[in-house]
Amino acid sequence: MGKRSIIPYGPQHPVLPEPIHIDLVIEDERVIEAIPSVGFIHRGLESLVDKRDFNQMAYVAERTCGICSFQHGMGYCEAVEHIFGVDVPDRARYLRTIWAELGRMHSHLLWLGLLADGFGFENLFYQAWRVREKVLDMQEMTSGGRLIFSVNVIGGVIKDITDEQMQIILKTMDEVEEELKVLQKTFLEDYSVQSRLHGIGIITKEQAHDLGCAGPFARASGVKVDMRKRGYAAYGELDFEPIVSNAGDSYARCYCRMMEIYQSIDLIRQAIGKIPKDNTLATPVKGNPDGEYFMRVEQPRGEAVYYVKANGTPNLERMRIRTPTFANLPGLCEMLKNTELSDIGLLVLTIDPCISCTER
Amino acid sequence: MAKVKRSPWLLHYDGSSCNGCDIEVLAALTPVYDAERFGVMNTGDPMQADIFMITGGINTQNAEVVKQLYDQMPRPKVVVAVGVCACTGGVFKDCYNILGGADSVIPVDIYVPGCAARPQAIIDGVVKAVELFQQRSDEHDKLVKQGGRPDAAKDAVKEDKEVSNG
Repeated sequence: MGKRSIIPYGPQHPVLPEPIHIDLVIEDERVIEAIPSVGFIHRGLESLVDKRDFNQMAYVAERTCGICSFQHGMGYCEAVEHIFGVDVPDRARYLRTIWAELGRMHSHLLWLGLLADGFGFENLFYQAWRVREKVLDMQEMTSGGRLIFSVNVIGGVIKDITDEQMQIILKTMDEVEEELKVLQKTFLEDYSVQSRLHGIGIITKEQAHDLGCAGPFARASGVKVDMRKRGYAAYGELDFEPIVSNAGDSYARCYCRMMEIYQSIDLIRQAIGKIPKDNTLATPVKGNPDGEYFMRVEQPRGEAVYYVKANGTPNLERMRIRTPTFANLPGLCEMLKNTELSDIGLLVLTIDPCISCTER
Repeated sequence: MAKVKRSPWLLHYDGSSCNGCDIEVLAALTPVYDAERFGVMNTGDPMQADIFMITGGINTQNAEVVKQLYDQMPRPKVVVAVGVCACTGGVFKDCYNILGGADSVIPVDIYVPGCAARPQAIIDGVVKAVELFQQRSDEHDKLVKQGGRPDAAKDAVKEDKEVSNG
């Protein structure tokens, strides 16, 4: 047995723009145990329900995370809408789906770029982010904001996507698909990329299930969970199947996210094809909410749960967000065991960490 | 900008931001916006950084980390607060765990507004920071050349910081 020592990883670390701190217990070059400590970004935004009313909280909920901001807003709004019992107009449901899928695309492209940066392929990082800018342009064109675009309100959305804009989106989706095929060749077939990803950080199906992993991290280990199949927004009317891989290693995670971008392109095409013509975008709600609801949505990083409890006053009694990234931390610590120290930076990236929504 | 003689290195730390500004800081460095054409390079090492870019507000746990990173940077240095949370605390100002903007623990020179701050605004802030850094390092050099003690140089820079803060 070699000498044991502890190496601190983070909070400020070059591989990740966000602060996470992990104490790595190592024996020679091998990691024996990983002990995370969180709280560097904890803001306590759930406590803001005391000071903001339920309409304003939609904007606060969006700022849980800047990457999947639209989906956070959507999850919160759908939860409150269920308490009110209002029906969201059909067009608004489809619009939400289109924006949510655009968000998933830019999140996954961002992750692919960071992964490339993680294994030192800077050119690939830049290429992935170049493609991502096209998706951000679509978000900016349709809503006015690049990342955080508060279009969700209780009862629907406040902005419409015109027919001309839909044509531009479809054209851009074709372009992105073409460019993605080029990127895919490098990410999934390149020899040196494969040597960094294949067989590293394996989580088996049983482990993924027992540790409560979520999203592409769980799907890469063969657990077929996708909250979109529950059929919120317009997902119930669209045709898709969760993308699952059985390998459970870093390569499988890369594969799953890559394929999910294609799936998002397909879902956007389906949604634009089926979107009903309708002038109302939001159903107005009257009074204050009273009751409680659990809402589950599938974010780019996995299943997020919104618990909202209202008591008939403008201020909610409790809002609780369970984010996928926090659920993935036990899986990460299990995965880090028995790996080489040099792979740590890459492995932390493969769960798609988003510390701001982990700690809220 | 024509007079830039050095290439300042940039250190980015995420205070307690929602990630929106962090991602935009990274996007500003990628070729679409390309902040590197101003001679700025992103580094992960505070000991080699000249410009400290902070996103998000300060909370009770990261206040020490931010202070430590600031102290580890060599003089002269420039601090840029990116996004409304780093400027004032923003939407999270009333949260129980937030102390306020970045200036509640370290002196901030340049404030970049926005939620999330757009890459164009971030680059504008970086360009201003490069100019300020140039000015400060010239003053620093002059003092050292005159045979001033490092302590004296330190004080002069501190004074200058207070003026630009006001």
